[in-house]
Amino acid sequence: MTSHKTVYLDHAATTPMHPAAIEAMTAVLATVGNASSLHGTGRVARRRMEEARESLAQLLGARPSEVIFTAGGTESDNLAVKGIYWARRDAEPQRRRIVTTPVEHHAVLDAVQWLAEHEGAEITWLPVGDDGSVSPADLREALQANDDVALVSIMWANNEVGTIMPISELATIAAEFDVPMHSDAIQAVGQIPVDFAASALSAMSVAAHKFGGPTGVGALLLRRDTSCVPLLHGGGQERDVRSGTPDVAGAVAMAAAAKVAIDGLAANSARVQQLRDRLIDGVLSTIDDVYLNGAAGDARLPGNTHFTFRGCEGDSLLMLLDAKGVECSTGSACTAGVAQPSHVLLAMGADPASARGSLRLSLGHTSTEADVDAALAVLPAAVDRARQAALASAGAAEQ
Amino acid sequence: MRVLVAMSGGVDSSVAAARMVDAGHDVVGVHLALSAAPGTLRTGSRGCCSKEDAGDARRVADVLDIPFYVWDFADRFSEDVIDDFVESYARGETPNPCVRCNERIKFSALAARALALGFDAVATGHYARLTDGHLRRAVDADKDQSYVLGVLTAEQLRHAVFPIGDTPKPQIREEAARRGLAVAEKPDSHDICFIPSGDTRAFLGARIGVRRGAVVDSGGTVLAEHDGVHGFTIGQRKGLGIAGPGPDGLPRYVTGIDAETGTVRVGGKAELDVWALTGDRPVFTSGVAPDGPVECDVQVRAHGGIVDGVAELREGRLMVDLRAPLRGVAPGQTMVLYRRDPDGDEVIASATITR
Repeated sequence: MTSHKTVYLDHAATTPMHPAAIEAMTAVLATVGNASSLHGTGRVARRRMEEARESLAQLLGARPSEVIFTAGGTESDNLAVKGIYWARRDAEPQRRRIVTTPVEHHAVLDAVQWLAEHEGAEITWLPVGDDGSVSPADLREALQANDDVALVSIMWANNEVGTIMPISELATIAAEFDVPMHSDAIQAVGQIPVDFAASALSAMSVAAHKFGGPTGVGALLLRRDTSCVPLLHGGGQERDVRSGTPDVAGAVAMAAAAKVAIDGLAANSARVQQLRDRLIDGVLSTIDDVYLNGAAGDARLPGNTHFTFRGCEGDSLLMLLDAKGVECSTGSACTAGVAQPSHVLLAMGADPASARGSLRLSLGHTSTEADVDAALAVLPAAVDRARQAALASAGAAEQ
Repeated sequence: MRVLVAMSGGVDSSVAAARMVDAGHDVVGVHLALSAAPGTLRTGSRGCCSKEDAGDARRVADVLDIPFYVWDFADRFSEDVIDDFVESYARGETPNPCVRCNERIKFSALAARALALGFDAVATGHYARLTDGHLRRAVDADKDQSYVLGVLTAEQLRHAVFPIGDTPKPQIREEAARRGLAVAEKPDSHDICFIPSGDTRAFLGARIGVRRGAVVDSGGTVLAEHDGVHGFTIGQRKGLGIAGPGPDGLPRYVTGIDAETGTVRVGGKAELDVWALTGDRPVFTSGVAPDGPVECDVQVRAHGGIVDGVAELREGRLMVDLRAPLRGVAPGQTMVLYRRDPDGDEVIASATITR
């Protein structure tokens, strides 16, 4: 393929690491030390680990003892959903209901469905609006109608279409009914203000690589009064909820990345949001038969754009853009491989055909105006071509 | 040339892709997702459609340093190949789904999309040779797949490339190993990719249901009951549900299927012999129908079943007189006609057998 300067518009999949995080991580990698060891080397490792925990807690409005380090967002979501469900069911066997939404990430969705198939869970699906949002009134209704709820899980912001949920309002309602609520805040942290204590949540998932940290590190923020059965048994690290030798380098890098991302959040998000609106305006004004999925304005993540180009296969579009060096996604990267129409768009009421014609271009801390203009320069022709391809392919089959 | 290589994750299409890269083309690998619910791992010798196969194809593309994508053709495949397969059996016919997939998916829907996206050609790992529009048998006679490509039109062939037809399979495996492709030792796939269990009768039964009928002999005497004509193929000997051999002491075979009445007729081996074939939907590989009768080899299944014949187009149908009988030919099968050639027999036409 012809080489172009790469225009990386897939920050929702993963972000470039902040130099400060790389520096902090490599410095730790060069040292030896198991944070559980009792000797001097172990104490040094332990101290780094705890400093990272305190720093991350402070940045996210949590207490250090509420930070459970994990191996990433998927583990955090699984730990919260399964662990809290098991703990609640053990305490009150009639509590077997999980209230959640059909637009969750698969890490929540599949964990919930697994509990339904194997552990006797009942599921109440909250309806979502055509912008992907969940209404507090619907949550209240679900909690009034069911006295067997074990937990509520609603994401803070949607990873595909960028819609931000009214999470504090939702969590306050759950707290009113004395039901623990978990939120997958993986896309939110680093893009919008997130304060765990102020949110009234019981648990919240975070992943380092979505805000300039390394992949393979995450955290579950878990209130001290929320019981959670571990997924991983062993040495009893992370207050007995998550055993395993602590990943000191990962935790240190995550904290360093969070510091850069959250200290600079106001300025960076304002800048990224301007780029986002430039991209949205450019696409809507130069391409016919296209619409923006998800919420508008401040109810949308600053870095997210997600379009449906009618009459296109997203796969074709992605390939054409990739060939021009413009990198984006047809859905969440986890489903990349064998293509499926997005469950998020389907839940928002899209038909499968238009769900296939969708593309997410997501911006982040390294994005520039030049990136947006480069994408806008190639998109109209790519959409034209992808539409011709869809017509040709459909026509060929109907001969 | 910009070339899209259809990569199943098997050794053949992997080497095909590698050869296209070597030839200096601008190559992109595409794996066709043909099942909406793919299995995680490949099972036995069947299938090319699991996530493991997609992963194998992706890994080969990595090694070749070419872009790679998975394109979803599951709906199209389900309609054009699986539904067609089931409906054809329900009509008492014996279809070949690989032929249908080449005709409707790989060299139709996929190729049209590829060309519209700016590719000049679609390459596959089929064992066949193609030069200047002439489609010939592969050098490796045991692996030859020109039969399942015989339905392609001149226009479809114009944009097709078959990079491995000039090489015997064992050498393709050696080449894959030499190139460091992990799929070098991967077993050949057999059977029907969308029936991983290999149990075609159960697959059809689940979709068609029970449609009882009678098994009768050539005199019309009812010998047994059956659950549907889809459980039978002309020439079938086992699983007829009848007690023992015929009155002559010789085995009995399915000699006729009437889907409308649900009747399966059985008879002796001699009744299976066919001396003439009629085919619908004829395709002439050169794009031009011959003026008069043509001498040819006639092949009616993917491997074997080749006899001499004379073919002629009459009122839009391909009529073939055979010089030797073919045994057990069923409606729905594809006949492919070849012109004998010392440089490799050439495909000249194909049609769907009606009787």
